[in-house]
Amino acid sequence: MSVVSVTAGPKRGWKSISTWIGAMIVGIAMICAIFAPLLVPHDPFAQDLSKRLLPPFWMEGTNPDYILGTDQLGRDYLSRLIWGCRISVLIGVTVTVVSALIGITIGVLGGFLGGRVDDAVLFAITTRLSIPVVLVALAVVGLLGSSMTLLVLTLGLLLWDRFAVVARSTTMQVRNLDFVAAAWCAGCSRFRILSGEVLPNIASHLVVVATLEIALAILLEAALSFLGLGVPPPLPSWGLMIAEAKDYMFFSPWVIVIPGVALFVLVLGINLLGDGLRDMFGARTDP
Amino acid sequence: MSALLEVDHLEVNFGGRVSAVRGASVTVERGETHCLVGESGCGKSVTALAVMNLLARGARRSAKRLAFEGQDLTGLSDSGMAHLRGNAMAMIFQEPMTSLNPAYTVGSQMTEVLRRHKKTTQRAATDRAADLLARVGITAPGLRLGQFPHQLSGGLRQRVMIAMALMCDPKLLIADEPTTALDVTVQAQILRLLAGLQRDLGLGMLLITHDLGIVARVAHRVSVMYAGEVVESAPTAELFANPKHPYTKGLLRCVPVPGKIRRDEPLGSIPGTVPRIGPGFEGCAFRERCDFADATCAHTVPRHAAGVAHDFLCRLPA
Amino acid sequence: MLQFLVRRLIVAILVAATVMTLAFILTRLSGDLAISIAGPNATQADVETVRKAYGLDRPLTVQFFDWVGRAATGDLGESYFFKTKVSKLIGERMPITVTLGLTGLVIALLVSLPLGILAAVRENTALDRVVQMVALLGQAMPSFWLGLILMITFGLQLGWLPISGTGSWQHYVMPGIVLAFSAIPALTRLTRAGMIQAMGSDYIRTARAKGLSRASILLKHALRNAAIPVVAIAAVQLGFMLGGSIVIEQVFALHGVGFLAWESIGKNDFPVVQAVVLVLAVIYVALTMVADLMNAVLDPRLRGP
Ligand SMILES: Nc1ncnc2c1ncn2[C@@H]1O[C@H](COP(=O)(O)OP(=O)(O)O)[C@@H](O)[C@H]1O
Ligand code: SF4
Ligand SMILES: [Mg+2]
Repeated sequence: MSVVSVTAGPKRGWKSISTWIGAMIVGIAMICAIFAPLLVPHDPFAQDLSKRLLPPFWMEGTNPDYILGTDQLGRDYLSRLIWGCRISVLIGVTVTVVSALIGITIGVLGGFLGGRVDDAVLFAITTRLSIPVVLVALAVVGLLGSSMTLLVLTLGLLLWDRFAVVARSTTMQVRNLDFVAAAWCAGCSRFRILSGEVLPNIASHLVVVATLEIALAILLEAALSFLGLGVPPPLPSWGLMIAEAKDYMFFSPWVIVIPGVALFVLVLGINLLGDGLRDMFGARTDP
Repeated sequence: MSALLEVDHLEVNFGGRVSAVRGASVTVERGETHCLVGESGCGKSVTALAVMNLLARGARRSAKRLAFEGQDLTGLSDSGMAHLRGNAMAMIFQEPMTSLNPAYTVGSQMTEVLRRHKKTTQRAATDRAADLLARVGITAPGLRLGQFPHQLSGGLRQRVMIAMALMCDPKLLIADEPTTALDVTVQAQILRLLAGLQRDLGLGMLLITHDLGIVARVAHRVSVMYAGEVVESAPTAELFANPKHPYTKGLLRCVPVPGKIRRDEPLGSIPGTVPRIGPGFEGCAFRERCDFADATCAHTVPRHAAGVAHDFLCRLPA
Repeated sequence: MLQFLVRRLIVAILVAATVMTLAFILTRLSGDLAISIAGPNATQADVETVRKAYGLDRPLTVQFFDWVGRAATGDLGESYFFKTKVSKLIGERMPITVTLGLTGLVIALLVSLPLGILAAVRENTALDRVVQMVALLGQAMPSFWLGLILMITFGLQLGWLPISGTGSWQHYVMPGIVLAFSAIPALTRLTRAGMIQAMGSDYIRTARAKGLSRASILLKHALRNAAIPVVAIAAVQLGFMLGGSIVIEQVFALHGVGFLAWESIGKNDFPVVQAVVLVLAVIYVALTMVADLMNAVLDPRLRGP
């Protein structure tokens, strides 16, 4: 069509605002995660049965020492929330590192070598997508007992598909570019071409995928912990906090509202940041 | 009686940044073929789309007068315009491969336009579609009606587009480079078909092309566009015999005699390209490429008459 | 097309075989199954009895081929806990999960299609940005938490909907909404992108040049083409939703397949767990094939010349 539509300008301003909001949320979460031991006002594990279920500051009958109130065992909710942030971020990042290592290796190999190898890669991706993630993760943790390491490894082994898909397709594109062809001709080794030409060129796409995966891993960890087969208690994972507070939610809804909102805001922030990065890099993340 | 299509001082700009059409005037009489020629990017398609009110969002259109059969089009509502489009005025495009909807059969796409504008049964619409397919030279019309666009070649698809445009017996047919995307042999066939239909049905036709061979053979009247302006307009024989504007002369330099022009003679054998013009531009847009340019060409240039129904836009006298 | 389908079928069978192997390995991860089944207070003799009774004394390869051979004929083994055929158990629970999945899908489509069309038609306006924001919000929503919040508001405070169980269609509304949330972002974005692409295409310019009504241009000409990828992804999303419904079934106490799997994990009932994994994988693969078929139905170009 000779008449192309004009893309209007105002999107930019709005986009950059949402990206900044995302970056801010992520920044705050990182600070909470790293400095959690210094930031918590109380010991997040210390129980005090005389101070059970104190309401947060906006309700009546609060205790100023416990801004967000206390849980059913009298533990400070704010401290548990901050500690939970540490756990969410830790799991999100480590799971993504594991899945990125797997997915990028598989995807780049398939995209770069093509042929039989690529067929095998595609098959692996299809198989992976057909496996119900939550169920398998639950089963593994249920069988082997819950621990952070096991959880990270399990989720990492399950969530590499998007890395593989994007790494594969972008590698294919880069492989056909002129400068890569030139490198071939100059007699560079495969490894040199991969590490020197291909990886830097697909990195921006992978960074965007990484943000999406961190968000997904955090949500999954929360869901698994909620079902009792994620992070082992008494660690204050947000999912676990919601599960433990579930019995009290009809009388004091804030017990599940607080950790839920924290989870929602963190994941939203990561997604906003990822969205902004995607626009900045012009990256593709869909299969 | 007023002319079939009157376009006077049409202006189109995109987001206030690009002035694609700058005061172009074109008149199509009933039963006349008016050719609009000019290099790629000079605003021919935008002019045609502006007439049909099919411009992309973000385009702004204004005109001193834009009228079809004496009826003002600028003040017409969207639904009033939709009532004319495909009905009394129809348009075919440069891209036959992509102009038909891949998801529907030829028959369904042809009959829907008739059923939209005229009260007919599906049966009668199908009959008319088959008749018209035969009329545009498609064999086995019944079979074609049930086929999908991807099953047809480019030439066939353009014939379908033509037949579809004729479904409601339009008075005006706008054809925007209808043969450019086709094979050379097919080009000649489609062009002969269009010229024949125009004559037989008494259509008014606005034919956009950059092929001077086509112009010489089918046009009654020619308007030459450059950078959004009609720089010269004249009856065909007059224009070929007596071009006035330096740009027209440049176009015709190698091919001065009508009837002796080789087909597919490219336009733009003149060095340079069409400048992209923003709002507030003054003077002659051709001056960068013109052999006769001088300081006065940077100011407003006059429009001269050069005989009956012949005018041009240049500082040089007639 | 036929050749394509045959290839897909072969891939599907290979995927199923791979998942079978993985499911088998998965359930053997903990080492000695018999000890887990017999329970913490079992004596050595109890464990031995269990080992014999469940055929766990045989070599692993024999166990594996036994399970594969039976599964291939539709026999998924017997539940340790329920003492009935696993296929019967899954068959009883499946209608609930499928109802839930379909409810979720229908809700997701009812929300995504209009939102996506609206955003596309009003591209780059405030409305478009609101729709994209909704998609982002949906993506960030923890489904189990949303379920609890809905339970508190609509179940307890407003009393509009039942909180748990499967007695009536109302029981599926809240879980359906929650499940739909997971699919809405992707479907909305896809609809929007497809509509924007379609609305900028030459055939839409033709439709406008024909003077067709706005409704006909949008819904007949543009949506029909924009819907092709949406329908395909919707089928795949249904697969994900069936697999992911385990969390929601647990929240709303819907005794579907996901709930069954969750119970079975808690009871070390491995035949059920490995069978559910396999069945869900096979359903997913089947749905991707359905998606291909629907594409062929919607897009005449795929049906060949
Ligand atoms: N949608 C649009 N947005 C911005 N500029 C446009 C748009 N459509 C056309 N133009 C510009 O208008 C001018 C005329 O284009 P067009 O009428 O298509 O030329 P042609 O004479 O080849 O048909 C060109 O410079 C083109 O870049
Ligand atoms: S106005 Fe000047 S520059 Fe323009 S065509 Fe005439 S002589 Fe050439
Ligand atoms: Mg054009």
